[in-house]
Amino acid sequence: MQYIPNILFAIALAAGIGFFAMNIRKLSRNINLGKDVDRKDRKSERFKNMMMIALGQSKMVKRPLSGFLHVVVYVGFIIINLEVLEIIIDGLFGTHRIFQGVLGDTFYGFLIATFEILAVLVLVAVILFWTRRNVADIKRFLSNEMKGWPKKDGNLILYFEIVLMSLFLTMNATDVPFQQAGIGNPISQFIAPLFDSFSPEALHTIERTAWWIHILGILVFLNYLYYSKHLHILLAFPNTYFANLNPKGQFNNLDSVTQEVKLMMDPSADPYAAPVEGAENEVPEKFGASDVTDLNWVQLLNAYTCTECGRCTSSCPANLTGKKLSPRKIMMDTRDRLEEVGRNIDTNKGEFKDDGKQLLNDYITPEELWACTSCNACVEECPVNIDPLSIIMDMRRYLVMEQSAAPQELNMMMTNIENNGAPWQYNQQDRLNWVNED
Amino acid sequence: MNVPVMADMMAQGKQPEILFWVGAAGSYDDKAKKISRAFVKILHQAKVDFAVLGTEESSTGDAAKRAGNEFLFQMQAMMNIEVLNAYEVKKIVTCDPHSFNTLKNEYPSLGGKYEVYHHTQFIQNLIAEGRLEINNTTFKGKRLTFHDPCYLGRANDVYESPRDLIKRLGVNLTEMKRHKSTALCCGAGGAQMFKDAEAGDKEVNVLRTEDAIETKPQIIATGCPYCKTMMTDGVTFKEKNDQIVVKDIVELIAEANQL
Repeated sequence: MQYIPNILFAIALAAGIGFFAMNIRKLSRNINLGKDVDRKDRKSERFKNMMMIALGQSKMVKRPLSGFLHVVVYVGFIIINLEVLEIIIDGLFGTHRIFQGVLGDTFYGFLIATFEILAVLVLVAVILFWTRRNVADIKRFLSNEMKGWPKKDGNLILYFEIVLMSLFLTMNATDVPFQQAGIGNPISQFIAPLFDSFSPEALHTIERTAWWIHILGILVFLNYLYYSKHLHILLAFPNTYFANLNPKGQFNNLDSVTQEVKLMMDPSADPYAAPVEGAENEVPEKFGASDVTDLNWVQLLNAYTCTECGRCTSSCPANLTGKKLSPRKIMMDTRDRLEEVGRNIDTNKGEFKDDGKQLLNDYITPEELWACTSCNACVEECPVNIDPLSIIMDMRRYLVMEQSAAPQELNMMMTNIENNGAPWQYNQQDRLNWVNED
Repeated sequence: MNVPVMADMMAQGKQPEILFWVGAAGSYDDKAKKISRAFVKILHQAKVDFAVLGTEESSTGDAAKRAGNEFLFQMQAMMNIEVLNAYEVKKIVTCDPHSFNTLKNEYPSLGGKYEVYHHTQFIQNLIAEGRLEINNTTFKGKRLTFHDPCYLGRANDVYESPRDLIKRLGVNLTEMKRHKSTALCCGAGGAQMFKDAEAGDKEVNVLRTEDAIETKPQIIATGCPYCKTMMTDGVTFKEKNDQIVVKDIVELIAEANQL
């Protein structure tokens, strides 16, 4: 009977990690629904970006206050999680604070003391975050796309962290031998007196309960990630690694278009040539994107990585002047639609059944797409190098090349370019007139 | 004004040092034509051996590409590349950051590989080579703010070339709260220049002009013909025409050097 806690722990751990692994598989399958794009080049540059931007948080601190608070929570998260390793070993083998014996009192005390101080700092930062989201009048947290679930999601994550940190401190405060040893309890020693009136048995029960809820909470939180915006704690790393390294102004040239244009400009091409044997049934490649499966896998990874901070939207000239476009919403819509496609595949035994919906119109409207100035402010701002602009551009390409659905004035501009080589209606023969007009 | 044309040069068996890509705005737009002429004056002063394509130049296709028309862009690009390659062009300079960006970044994979400079970079080089000096007395002490063009700044990380030239003018440069990588767009990019804005509560160029006005400038300097138009319209909207002028950096340099 004495092994029951160990067995229960092992089951909980296996279930928590197993369920998480299952969702990660789903996540990776969904990302792979995207088209291929080569991001295997320039490995050292990519690695450096990942180290600087994801691990080093270099872009986060461009906004000093939220950046600093984020670094506190981030460092706290990583370092306090070292404690989870001890908890797992203790849980599986029925030991108690196994590292204390292994590392020695001084070093162990130093570690736990660090964890305790970080836990308090995290608590303070998280409370400030909550205030920023719910009390302070910060525009990027009040946008339309943040109403409902996204707001609740953001708060839930903060509540999770408050509870986990409090449990960690309670667990230390009610651990009688630990308090008596007096090592590594710079914070919990002030919480311990609150429990003075409790009997040793009651204290033990509280300590065990806090311990159990703490580790179960971590497992639940781990599995909450997939359903929340919080996936960035994992995906920020691959996302910064695979991000675009070319100048931001460089948009890709569609290869499918290049082939057709070359054919058009080739004087020896036979316009009446019969199609190659067997090519009749080939579906020609779609130009641009109307649904998530037309996007590439990096764009889909971007969507899962987005944590909805809204720095992009708060720097977007269109959004700042009251237009409907919000780069954050582009990313949220892309993820929502991708999840919908993923669920569709799950319920239809691995095959997507047309649901009469797509990313364009059902999620993102042409009005949003046409409001973009392609200024790259959103791309520049993103702390984890997400590129909303590339999605906007791919969707514009679909509107123009597949649907001829550009705004009328843009059609006129393009007709002018075709006819007289300038976006305005001037004669190409007058192109040098400026020379003599002083 | 003497502006050599590539075809004539070719006929005389000459190859200029650099091709000046004028761009559609620089060729046809009244405000931008002044930029082209100012730049030519500077080229002459520095004795740069240059040429333009003249009537053989056509739209880079940039506006079409940003509007989503990849077909039209690539047709324009390939046509231009044929012309440029036929003249064996190696170096290009342009006053238009949009042409700069697309020629530099998007033409190479279509077969057009050139060394491309924005005019502020090119002038910076002329100064470094001792071929040009900027008179720092004409504008001495004038309050100036610089609006970063998106396709020069964020798109290509060119922030210092224009600022270096501005410093040489002897002006008092005051940066806007949003500048360099956080600069706000003027509202013309992404083919917005050619259409009305979507419904909203303000025009982007008005917001950006307000950023500029906060610095209490006498001059708003830019490095892009489209930005110049948007900022000029913004200043007009704010009824500040009598206090603030909007000029491209090359116009200021030409004026400073009394060209």
